[in-house]
Amino acid sequence: MPEIRFSGYGGQGIIRSGFIVGKACSLYDEKHATLNQAFGPEARGSACSAQVVVSDDRVLYPYITIPDILVSMSQEAYDKFEPELQKKGLLLIDEDLVRPKPIRDKITMYAIPATRMAEEMGNRIFANLVMLGFFTAMSDVVSADAMRKAIPGSVPDRFLDKNLEAFNKGYDFGMALKGAKKEPSPQKKAQAEPKAKAKKA
Amino acid sequence: MKADPKGVLTGAHYLDGDHAITEGALAAGCRFFAGYPITPSTETAERFAERIPTIGGVFIQMEDELGSIAAVLGAAWAGRKAMTVTSGPGFSLMMENFGLGAMMEVPCVIANVQRGGPSTGLPTLTGQADMMQVRWGSHGDYEIIALSPNSPQECFELTIKAFNLSEQYRVPTFVMTDECVGHMTEKVVIPPADEIELTPRRWYDGPKDEYLPYLPDDDMVPPIIKAGDGYRIHTTGLTHDERGYPVINAECQEKCVRRLLEKIQKHADKIIEIEEEATNNAEVIVMSYGITSRVALKAVEEARKAGIRVGILRLITVWPFPEKRVNALSKKIKAWVVPEINYGQMVLEVERCAAGQAKTIHVPHGGGWVHDPADILKAIKEAVR
Repeated sequence: MPEIRFSGYGGQGIIRSGFIVGKACSLYDEKHATLNQAFGPEARGSACSAQVVVSDDRVLYPYITIPDILVSMSQEAYDKFEPELQKKGLLLIDEDLVRPKPIRDKITMYAIPATRMAEEMGNRIFANLVMLGFFTAMSDVVSADAMRKAIPGSVPDRFLDKNLEAFNKGYDFGMALKGAKKEPSPQKKAQAEPKAKAKKA
Repeated sequence: MKADPKGVLTGAHYLDGDHAITEGALAAGCRFFAGYPITPSTETAERFAERIPTIGGVFIQMEDELGSIAAVLGAAWAGRKAMTVTSGPGFSLMMENFGLGAMMEVPCVIANVQRGGPSTGLPTLTGQADMMQVRWGSHGDYEIIALSPNSPQECFELTIKAFNLSEQYRVPTFVMTDECVGHMTEKVVIPPADEIELTPRRWYDGPKDEYLPYLPDDDMVPPIIKAGDGYRIHTTGLTHDERGYPVINAECQEKCVRRLLEKIQKHADKIIEIEEEATNNAEVIVMSYGITSRVALKAVEEARKAGIRVGILRLITVWPFPEKRVNALSKKIKAWVVPEINYGQMVLEVERCAAGQAKTIHVPHGGGWVHDPADILKAIKEAVR
């Protein structure tokens, strides 16, 4: 039963990120997902977070207690929420916006330049979708299929294609990173070698 | 009577409790909303503002909560199904007209997304401390019906049920949710319109010149007409006779007010819905409602692992209170454990109905968050010691 916290600053689409993951899990992956948002005087620019509890059974206690996964898209949010992350938990950060402390307690950390990738697409507003693609690739919480079904209706229609593109960019970035971490298969090795040679040449 | 498909958003959705209340109301045929925004209930009003004009309804943002509930009473008399939504401070402002609604026997629904109080208290954080206020907050003797959902799915379902009950008994009916459930987003399945059963308004169909607005049917509830349809009507907050005219004496008071009470009290068994699990073999029963019922289940699971025979009684209908059932169960158990996000409200009812036959242990929480399940577990262990 993973407990997830998405965090960043108001205006980045953090709550929306939690909403899309919860919707994907509960409507398209046949799991139960409860989303709660930190409801305080948060405004655009200050630290904000969304909590999602995902479970095969009905979620009883509605809030996260010790998050298994923390997604941080701002330094302030990282500083605020990193200390509560479960030992051996999963930490995903926007590498341009968060300067992480040394890794503690066997936490696994992966980084993506989500905002920069979104800016390359034309607008940093898509950074949360890049991060969601990355999240989908790096965690076992939700399937990419379910996420792609959950995005329509959760973002403005006129920007649906851009949002899906951003999701795919983040997802591909994550899958590539995962592939690179693993021992490359002989086939992939064979493909990789000529490229490496080509570079040298 | 089946729901009008126009108002029914059939399908599986990922909705928060506040939005689910709106969808429940629209499915129930609500076509008039008057309200004044207040955290944590504003999302309900926002969704009404967006949705209700597209299906032939009216949304009015009023000048305040006094006006909001007054407009709802008026719209109901004009023939619409009507509701409003608010939270603690707004709820307090509406009190006078809740009594008027009870006295004039107006079918209408009020949702209270509770937050921490008193006064402006905790605007953005949860509480369950308006449970006695909803029952007793307006002056004089009267009865209301109140329901308590514990998920967005139930916010949808119980709002429909609230409309049905309000029509059946011509009484203001309350959906007593809280910030946690209101702002919680979960899967909400909305069935097709032909699977949603609605209670129609009890229209009078006799001769026009014989209509008496407060002449009750056999079940003590009078049929109603639509103001402006050519009937001669009079309705007032003053003690009145069957014509609706003020009669200021003790005899009329007895007849008028006793019926307001008895039309609910005598149908309590039909109105009350509770959820029970493992109560027959229990040594202790945890009684809760709303969000606390979910948190309590965590504690119950742990207590059962420790070998304690724990039953669960969840109030879905909070008012009228299931006094007969609580009394009967009290004969068989050692204790009740009653967690709620207040310093002691529904626990007083449990204590009253247990009538000394079983201990009553309250697990208070001042508001701002839900209980730590460990605190409830501790009380369960104490109960069987």
